[in-house]
Parts: sequence; structure tokens; C-alpha cells
Amino acid sequence: MPKPAKTKSPPKKARIRPGKKKPDASAGELLEYYRQMLLIRRFEEKAGQLYGMGLIGGFCHLYIGQEAVVIGMQAAAEDVDTVITSYRDHGHMLACGMDPNGVMAELTGRIGGYSRGKGGSMHMFSREKNFFGGHGIVGGQVPIGTGLAFGHKYKGDGGVNMAYFGDGAINQGQVYESFNMAELWKLPIVYVIENNRYGMGTSIERASATTDLYHRGAAHGIPGEPVDGMDVLAVKAAAEKALKYCRSGKGPYILEMKTYRYRGHSMSDPAKYRSKDEVTKVRKESDPIDNLRDLILAGKISSEEALKDIDKQVKAIVTAAAEFAQESPEPDLAELYTDILVEV
Amino acid sequence: MTRELKFSEALLEAQDQCMAADPAVYIMGLGVPDPTGIFGTTLGLQEKYGVNRVFDMPLAENAMTGVAIGSALVGMRPVMTHQRVDFATVAMEQIINQAAKWHYMFDGQVNVPLVIRMIIGRGWGQGPQHSQSLQAMFAHVPGLKVVMPTTAYDAKGLLISAIEDNNPVVMLEHRWLYGITDKVPEEFYRVPLGKAHIMREGTDVTIVGLSYMSLESLRAAELLAERGINAEVLDLRSLRPLDEDAILTSVRKTGNLVMADTAHKMFGASAEILALATEKAFDALKSPPRRVTLPDHPAPTSPALADDFYPRAGHIAAEVLRQLGRDVDDALFLPPEGRHHDQPDSSFKGPF
Repeated sequence: MPKPAKTKSPPKKARIRPGKKKPDASAGELLEYYRQMLLIRRFEEKAGQLYGMGLIGGFCHLYIGQEAVVIGMQAAAEDVDTVITSYRDHGHMLACGMDPNGVMAELTGRIGGYSRGKGGSMHMFSREKNFFGGHGIVGGQVPIGTGLAFGHKYKGDGGVNMAYFGDGAINQGQVYESFNMAELWKLPIVYVIENNRYGMGTSIERASATTDLYHRGAAHGIPGEPVDGMDVLAVKAAAEKALKYCRSGKGPYILEMKTYRYRGHSMSDPAKYRSKDEVTKVRKESDPIDNLRDLILAGKISSEEALKDIDKQVKAIVTAAAEFAQESPEPDLAELYTDILVEV
Repeated sequence: MTRELKFSEALLEAQDQCMAADPAVYIMGLGVPDPTGIFGTTLGLQEKYGVNRVFDMPLAENAMTGVAIGSALVGMRPVMTHQRVDFATVAMEQIINQAAKWHYMFDGQVNVPLVIRMIIGRGWGQGPQHSQSLQAMFAHVPGLKVVMPTTAYDAKGLLISAIEDNNPVVMLEHRWLYGITDKVPEEFYRVPLGKAHIMREGTDVTIVGLSYMSLESLRAAELLAERGINAEVLDLRSLRPLDEDAILTSVRKTGNLVMADTAHKMFGASAEILALATEKAFDALKSPPRRVTLPDHPAPTSPALADDFYPRAGHIAAEVLRQLGRDVDDALFLPPEGRHHDQPDSSFKGPF
């Protein structure tokens, strides 16, 4: 068995140094990003608790640590844009404005869930919010996102698709098939690689011949750049640039988000393939929520009291979602046989 | 008087009329704009509808299927073509895990109106990787529909129904059917998915055929008639949904069942049809049901070997004769026209 490669230290310069640079966002926006990231964090913590209590079963992949990625991307997106992602999808759904009650109730397998219990953690959908799931096959959503981009172009609606996938999926063949088509047909799509450095328990060094993933479109002529995925403002700035590029008809764009997940791959993963110190170090130095909080306080954008109020609001939303998810009835067995085919 | 069209021309007309009727319909596949136009089934469509609606694609079947699915999710109606069924196997991920699952796993909020045309090769030395009949693999998956037209009339009507259907539909087209003619109305018409068709009425035995084997079954019925046996030939047309009523009604009428499939025997469509008859019409059966299929080994390449690989009308007739306890004469097994049976039989012209 090969010796596990040494893992690299967490992304440097992730920490925002308060006061050094004026943030490229209004006070209201900064507070909103803070609120949204905190909502994901608390929601995921609650999901983890409910899982521990046996109220959620099966797969459950938490987004804790990666919140800045999706919030930064959505901060730059427009309503017409579409989103598709993998199985680590709760954060994306909340960021797209989906109802926390419906998401949590899907986790508990109840009728009030977005897929009424048929999808679970990995499979939720909202046409209204232009969120196209939630997928369990690593890399499988990438061609479909490319097809959504094809739809944007065909219909000329000005939209861009954001297809999220991880450092594990980047080695799937269908990703490169998609890259080729997207550049060939100049499709409006941002490929967002959430590089959290582990594909399940396999570190990127052990899985990838080259570990700078933003280069992976180079053979197809797709521009790409690395982004500090622990900094919501850096993500937003990169997203604005990429979305503008795609919207102008120039074709696809790749953003590699250097990020980190604090929890295991899923709830059933004790994450023994990395040291506790490694996780602690990232949390301490690069946490996206702590960083933004420091920035807000140092810049006197808001008071500690006001941030505590936000915290309270978020907790109330999450508590209500957890209650809803436990009170909502289980689906009727007759549901098993519905929606296999569309009745034309 | 209704004009006659070839099977391939009927498919072309179906796509042409669907594209004219609905701007959301588009066609992509390797070789679609080629001068040969996928056995003539896409000829002239790019000239008529433009490169944005009719186009070639990179050799990337899996992602291409994903692109088709993604566009179908936002209201488009893609028709994808594979020049051989075998090539679609690299797209199984998207077909089975994605297209077939979206409607169910998102609780009916979304659907995938997608048609995937796949061509079954046969003969002409195509060998193991270009001549498989994989209908049972697709038909095994809930969430997919699987259709296999036999006649030009059905080819047009079934393809129109498939394009209008809001589910993913796999359409398997046997290469040997493309040149066969039939009366095909000029107007836009539909043949419902999931409905079998009685090609020949009979009283002594039910021969259930699928795709090209339905034609061989018709011919077998002639051979049987010469021997005093009146066979009913039921062309399934769709494998999923399966027209159980039509099969059971015919079996109850004749009491004898032979299934002729274009595929292998083990775990194939023929196993499903025989299981259906024994589960639901056991009391009506006068003899154990039988089947005529490919042997359970890959397709050979040499024309000499293909003679023994592909069963023909004579094999079907022989199976019926054995079933009814009658003598089987050697003449039944002679290749038609005294040559290797490696190309479509020129005697199959239709109409049907």
C-alpha cells in the first residue's frame, strides 16, 4: 500500500487583515453575507445533531467550512442564472433561497421535504429558485450543467449556469467531455471546482497528477483561476469576473475554490485520514465566518450586538426548520409508486 | 392511395414534422449532418432547420447525454442519435442514473423529455462491438420507455409519440429495417407507446416478435401455414411500457407461445414475456412456452459464422413445430437464396 502523501498546509493569505484593504461591498451586503454563511453553518450543525439523534438516516454531507464559496458566487449571480451541484448541497440550496424547512424535512424523509422524501440529502430541486439538484454520482452533474448552459444559449435568456463539483470529480472523464463541448459551443457556464482537498478520504495529492486544478481547462482553451475559497469577498470578486466573461458570450470559465471541509466526507466518515491539528489550524486561521466577522467589527461596519442579533435570528430559523422536519408527517406508502413516469 | 416510404424515410419525416411543429425540438448526434445522414434518417434537416437545431457532436457520448438532459430540464426536446446501440453503453451513467431518475427523485417536479435513437447493427462483418441488441438493459430501468418499431408506418408514428412524450424514451432501430417499405400517411400521426400490434391473426400459436424478428415471425407464419398451422404474430413495438393485455389475450386465444427476440436468451426480453405468460395465463397454456433468440455468446464477425448465429423464420417455425409435437424438416434451416445470410434479405420489401 502506498504511503499516504503529506498534506499541504491550509491555503495561505486566507485571513482577511482588517483595515488593510477596503472591502468591495456595502455594509448591508457584508452583513447579508455574514447572515447567509451563518445560516448554512448553523443549519448544518443542526443537521449533524439530528443525524446523531437518529432522525436523519443515510447520506448526509455537511458543507461546514465551505460556506464562503456558494455565498460569494450567489452574491454575484443574477436571478436568471442556474445552479447545479453534487451531493454536498444543503448550502447551495439555502444560498439559492430555498426554504430551510423544506430542506431539513427532506433530510428527515418527511412529506414536507422538497422531494417529499424521495430524494433525501442528495436530491432536492427547485425550479422557482433555478436550483437543479443535488446529485449522487461524482461528476454526473457537470454535463447536465453544461446542458443547462446550452439551454441558456439556445433560448438567449442571458443566463449563466454555475456547475459545482469537487476535487474528486475533476478526474472524471465526463468533466473533460463537457469542457470540450462548452468551449467548442461557447456555452455560458462557470465550472466551480470546490477543492476541499479530499475526495472522500483521498487527499488531492494522492489522486491528482497535478493539484492546481484551475489549469484543467487549458487544453480546451478555457481560462481558469484559483480563488481563496475561504474569503467570501475574494469569491464574489472572482465570480463577478467569471460571470461577466460567460454572459458576454466568450464561453466557459473555471474557478478553483481553495477551500476546506471541517467535517468528514459524510456523517458516517470519522475522517481519520487527516490530523486533528490540520483541521484545527484551518478553523483557527481561515474560517470564512470568523474572518468576515473580524472585518465587520474592525471596520466598525456593525456592532457586536448587531451581529449577536443576526445570530439569534439564524438560530430561530434553524430551530423552526428542525421542528418542522420532525413534525411533518412521513410520506404515505402509496407515494412509492408515483412519479416514475410523467403521465402525458 | 397512400404512398409508400422506406422505414428510414419515415423516421426522417417524423423528425422533420416534429421540428416544424415545435421549435424546442433539436437533433444532435455523431454524423447527423453527414451526407449519408444516419442511414438517411437525418438527410436535409440541417439545411432546413439550421446548425443551431441540427448538429454534429464530439465523440463524448456520456457528457453529450448530460447536455441533452440539461437542456430538456429547461423545456427543450432533444433527439439524440447513436449510430450503434453499443456506443450508448458509455453513456449508461447519464441514461440510467440521471435521465431515468430525475422525475422520481425530485418528486415529479421536473421531467426529462428526451429521445435517444440507437441503431442495432447486424451482419456485414460488424462483429461483437457493433451489433448488440441491448433492449433488456434499458427496459430493466424504471423511468425509461423503450420502443422498437418494425414497420415504416410504426417508425414514423412511434417516433412522433416518443418526441412528444415527456419522459426519456430509448428507441432501438434495427439496421435491417431501414430499407423496408410500408404505406406511410403524409400527415402527422401518432402510434401510442406501450401498445402491441397484431400483424397476422391466427388461432394455433402466438408468436411474439420484437423489431426485425417480427418480420421473421411473419415469414415463419407463412411456413407454418404451408404445414397447416395458423399462427398469430404479435409485434410488441414497445418493450416498456409492455402491452401485457395484448400478449395475454393472444396467449389465451391460442394456448401456445413462442417469443422471437433480436437479443440473447438469458435475462432477456424473451424471459420476461415467458414469465408473464406463465404467471398470468398458466391455465391457458397447452404447452411450455418457447423462445427463439441469439445464442449466449457475442456476435461473430465472419459471415459464415453469422449464418448460425442469427435465427431466421425457419428457426421460429421449427420451434413452433417442436412445441406442437410435429416433425421438423431440414428445409426450414436453409439460408434464403442459398447464400450467407449476412445482409438484409431482398425478399423483405413490405408493405406491412
